[in-house]
Amino acid sequence: MSDTPVNSDEVRHVADLARVDLDDDDVDRFTEQFADILAYFETLDEVPEVEREADLANVMRPDEVRDSLSQAEALANAEETEDGYFKGPNVS
Amino acid sequence: MSDDGVFVTEERIEGAADGPLAGQTVAVKDNISTEGVRTTCGSEMLADYVPPYDATVVERLKEAGATIVGKANMDEFGMGSTTETSAFGPTENPAAEGRVPGGSSGGSAAAVAAGEADLALGSDTGGSVRNPAAFCGVVGIKPTYGLVSRYGLVAYANSLEQIGPFGSTVEEAAELLDVVAGPDRRDATTRDEGADSDYAAAADGDVDGLEVAVPTNLVDGADEGVVETFRSALDELEDRGATYHEVELPSVEHAVEAYYVIAMSEASSNLARFDGVRYGHRADADTGEQGSSSSATQSHDGNWNEAFARTRKEGFGEEVKRRVLLGTYALSAGYHDKYYKKAQDARAWVKQDFDEALEDADVLASPTMPVPPFERGGSLDDPLQMYLADANTVPVNLADLPAISVPAGETDGLPVGIQFVGSAFDEETIVRAGSALA
Repeated sequence: MSDTPVNSDEVRHVADLARVDLDDDDVDRFTEQFADILAYFETLDEVPEVEREADLANVMRPDEVRDSLSQAEALANAEETEDGYFKGPNVS
Repeated sequence: MSDDGVFVTEERIEGAADGPLAGQTVAVKDNISTEGVRTTCGSEMLADYVPPYDATVVERLKEAGATIVGKANMDEFGMGSTTETSAFGPTENPAAEGRVPGGSSGGSAAAVAAGEADLALGSDTGGSVRNPAAFCGVVGIKPTYGLVSRYGLVAYANSLEQIGPFGSTVEEAAELLDVVAGPDRRDATTRDEGADSDYAAAADGDVDGLEVAVPTNLVDGADEGVVETFRSALDELEDRGATYHEVELPSVEHAVEAYYVIAMSEASSNLARFDGVRYGHRADADTGEQGSSSSATQSHDGNWNEAFARTRKEGFGEEVKRRVLLGTYALSAGYHDKYYKKAQDARAWVKQDFDEALEDADVLASPTMPVPPFERGGSLDDPLQMYLADANTVPVNLADLPAISVPAGETDGLPVGIQFVGSAFDEETIVRAGSALA
């Protein structure tokens, strides 16, 4: 079906990179589905190299001080705050 | 959630007393930020998120005198074609009982189809406005990339998406587009075109002399009844003075895979922000189960990465996880050139093909969706089959072009949409073409 080596270890590795915890049955299901989907993506090999003319210019503006959210507004949706800061889990 | 699944949150936001949309009600897709009104993106991750600011399009709605009547249901983070991946449940299709309303902006389309709002805003990353417009029998417009500000739109795939309007008629949808279009200093990708637009004036139904090109690649594989309905809409245009010819666009055969590689890659990066620290769901310290590789830790005391992974496990649904993982894979060392770079080549090729076809035609026309609305609950088990149904809409996003979906009629009592694609920033011509039919 596919010569793409998708196995469960690879799905676990990618989930680890993406910081998404998976149950074992998630891993099994995704391994199967990814084989199909990646096999389909393989057809991109048939795409010729195309000259991409970037007809674009950078959009710049002066870096001026403007009003922004207050500290309280910025923190309002956080699960946990301390002394006006976001509080996250420990970085061990 | 409302009973018919149209609104995740039903709350009125009154606009200014006067303006072009005074007296009009508008449903706003729930990935568009509304100050003080929760904005969930159809996700458990943002179930309690209340934005501290309005999206630019919401500001413009209010200034135009519109009344927002609710936040419309959607596939989680815009990832889906049925509105069934919403964490808050599915939406009925008011135009076809037992069928999905399409997606991802299914709640927005259904709100207009059911008369619960006069107008609606959705977002279209790969067809998410046009698909539900077609499935619910209403009008939907995907603007040229850069016409409408994305400030305050929760990002899924930035390089592809635009906010777009729904209405019962082309003229009404165009009026809403006039209100939201135009440059915004808070979105550097917006352009000056559309600043003083009057797209609604182009809805005059005058297609005399209009040259329509029909890409055979977008018609050949479609359902027979859909093609029949599409052809009869073309006949109607011909009766009113339009002419058409067929054209081949070989690049679109690779559009779906290119679209999904690019969209998933961008999604994997965009959705990295959901870590449970600044906003959104956070895995509970006491009840959080342990990850496969975790030692006996709890989210606050343990390793940041493990807490983060548990939060995302709980907050994201199946389709979102699938896309984040596949996007991470496509960008990871050793695979970037094979997938992402090739997808960008395909994108440039699609753009080239469309630009060439539009040199010999005013608009391109195809069925919006190759199939009638799916039966509910039938399509979630096979993600690849679901992705393939986007074949006619995704090329337009890859090419950054404007497109409109207009009701073309019915097949076996199910709505069919016709799609018109125009040149960049030539919204007027697709509005004019569409207005000959609705």
